[in-house]
Amino acid sequence: MSLLRYWPPVLFAALAAYPFLPVADVIRGQQFTILFVYAILALALNVVLGYTGLLHLGMAAYFGIGAYTVGILSVPFFPFQQSFVVSALAGVLAAAAVGVATTAPVLRLRGDYLALVTLGFGLIVQYLIRNLDPITEGTKGLNPIEPGPVPGFAGTDMSAARLNSDWGTKWYDYPYLYFVALGLLVLTTLFLRNLERSRLGRAWVALREDELAATCMGLNPARLKIAAIAVGAGLAGLAGALYALALHTTGNPSFYDFNLSMIMVCCVILGGLGNRSGVLLGVLLLMGFDRIAVNILDNEIQDALGSSAKEYMKVSAWKLMIFGVVLILMMRFRPEGLLPEARVRRELHDADAKAG
Amino acid sequence: MLDVFAQTGAAGFEQFLLLGLVMGSLYALIALGYTMVYGIIELINFAHGDLFMLGGFLAWQLAWTLGVRTLDASSTGAVVGAVALMLVTAPLACAALNVATDRVIYRPLRSAPKLTVIVSAIGVSFVFMNVGSLWLGTSPVKFPDLVPDANLVTAAGVRFTWKDLMVVGVTVPTMVALTLFVKFTPLGKAMRATAQNPTAAKLMGINVDRVIAVTFAIGGSLAGVAAVVNGLYNKSVHYQMGFQNGLYAFTAAVLGGIGNIPGAVLGGLVIGVVGELSKAYLGTKWSEAVVFTILIVILVFRPSGLLGARTREKV
Repeated sequence: MSLLRYWPPVLFAALAAYPFLPVADVIRGQQFTILFVYAILALALNVVLGYTGLLHLGMAAYFGIGAYTVGILSVPFFPFQQSFVVSALAGVLAAAAVGVATTAPVLRLRGDYLALVTLGFGLIVQYLIRNLDPITEGTKGLNPIEPGPVPGFAGTDMSAARLNSDWGTKWYDYPYLYFVALGLLVLTTLFLRNLERSRLGRAWVALREDELAATCMGLNPARLKIAAIAVGAGLAGLAGALYALALHTTGNPSFYDFNLSMIMVCCVILGGLGNRSGVLLGVLLLMGFDRIAVNILDNEIQDALGSSAKEYMKVSAWKLMIFGVVLILMMRFRPEGLLPEARVRRELHDADAKAG
Repeated sequence: MLDVFAQTGAAGFEQFLLLGLVMGSLYALIALGYTMVYGIIELINFAHGDLFMLGGFLAWQLAWTLGVRTLDASSTGAVVGAVALMLVTAPLACAALNVATDRVIYRPLRSAPKLTVIVSAIGVSFVFMNVGSLWLGTSPVKFPDLVPDANLVTAAGVRFTWKDLMVVGVTVPTMVALTLFVKFTPLGKAMRATAQNPTAAKLMGINVDRVIAVTFAIGGSLAGVAAVVNGLYNKSVHYQMGFQNGLYAFTAAVLGGIGNIPGAVLGGLVIGVVGELSKAYLGTKWSEAVVFTILIVILVFRPSGLLGARTREKV
């Protein structure tokens, strides 16, 4: 059990060593980088949904705002061309600002109504990204995203530091970006670990458990919720910034759609609402399955069956079904998630006992 | 808002209004399924739109199997028979599927926290969507064009075709029948009682599980009717069509006041009209953004919807 409890640092260490191992593969490394980005996004959602208990169905909007801020600040098409540090910081601030500005007026709504407003907000941002093509280039995406040199390293040939010949020549090629993403993921985890135990974090949990009681104890729900949205949206913006950088483009507006928000909710709930390690596990399983395992399995099937492989024999044709069945079974038999937070587990099992 | 558009004086306003009302009555049918289920068990049934999609696929399959594929190649009798068969089979199948889903998936979670049930509904939606994509593939499929497009109105500037008449002719009687059912039958009364207070309803001897099953059956069959009408009207089905139509219908339900049956109808009509007018005057790509902006504005300024009663927060 003690080993299980400390698996995230072990995993992080293993991932940090991965690019140096002989089995390291460029494509796989890039997929891992995207996985780190989604892990940051899921942790961001966890602040809003897990700690504070606000069902937010539009997280992808902040992700998109982060990505497009970086895009606008770094593509040659616009006159800004900032370094990544500046544009990512701007992405974080923009996402947090939009989050606060759009959520502040609707915070008095509760539960389902808040979920609907955030869902609508996510869709509107997605349509704005798609429709404002003079700025966002519509479905073509903003590219190429080639941020300037890292401040302090201007003029340094980063490629001289590479250990492996296929490591790319720009600082943001794999695996530099791999380490940037992994490093930011570790920093996010540490940041949230401390935040959870801070006055603010404990106040969020109190609010989630019983808003009325928390208010009576002198907490200000509106301010706490706005703080949660600001932190969550900011982290989601950071994830978006990294995402745009990793893809070298903002890609397609459909990368920031409702499905992404939904899958993130699923990651958080599958892993364990409110528990950092659980959320990491949820991302590892769901997104790892979605982005990596499905492709591998499809290729295996293709190799094994050759031309006789039909569309429905591929795993990718059954992906949604597998997702759906996993969610349904989890909610039925283990609603607290794979690695539940102690408080959530107690609450759900009390409910079982009462019903039972 | 309508006044603003009227003042622009653009030709064809009446046409878009009419089109909006026709689309709106379709949304209203789907919205009723959402609003009735929400009214009784407070579940945002994310799978409802996908149920609608499966109903459309079933109708397509029927027409295809029967060989009724175009208006010209089949006799009038065959077309009428096929449409009638669709209008019976699809609602029945959707109702059965909806009740089965409730029985197997939602009922064991009755006492669980809301989030748990919503997440299972999302899971069901994924499963339905996957069934759809395995059934007819991932690209849009042409639905048999069985209702003539001939204009029925001689007035200048307005087109009202057999298709429009079919939508109105199917949806309006269905909604009237539903309203009468809920208002005047004992089962309808039990439904309203359960929606108000499930515990008290149970204490009064109402079989709450049965009432919930009936609600799911009615919601499902309305989705089935809407699916057939939608297929015949829009002449195309797609495995993701449940998502957009479902969201529009849900917006309609919220707009009218969720849990409120006349509200869902009114909301559906408003969403239909606003959607078509914004398509006409702002461009197709902006109509979704307009619809969801309205959703947010309504929720912020009047969370109980247009017809919903202002209820105090239950603590």
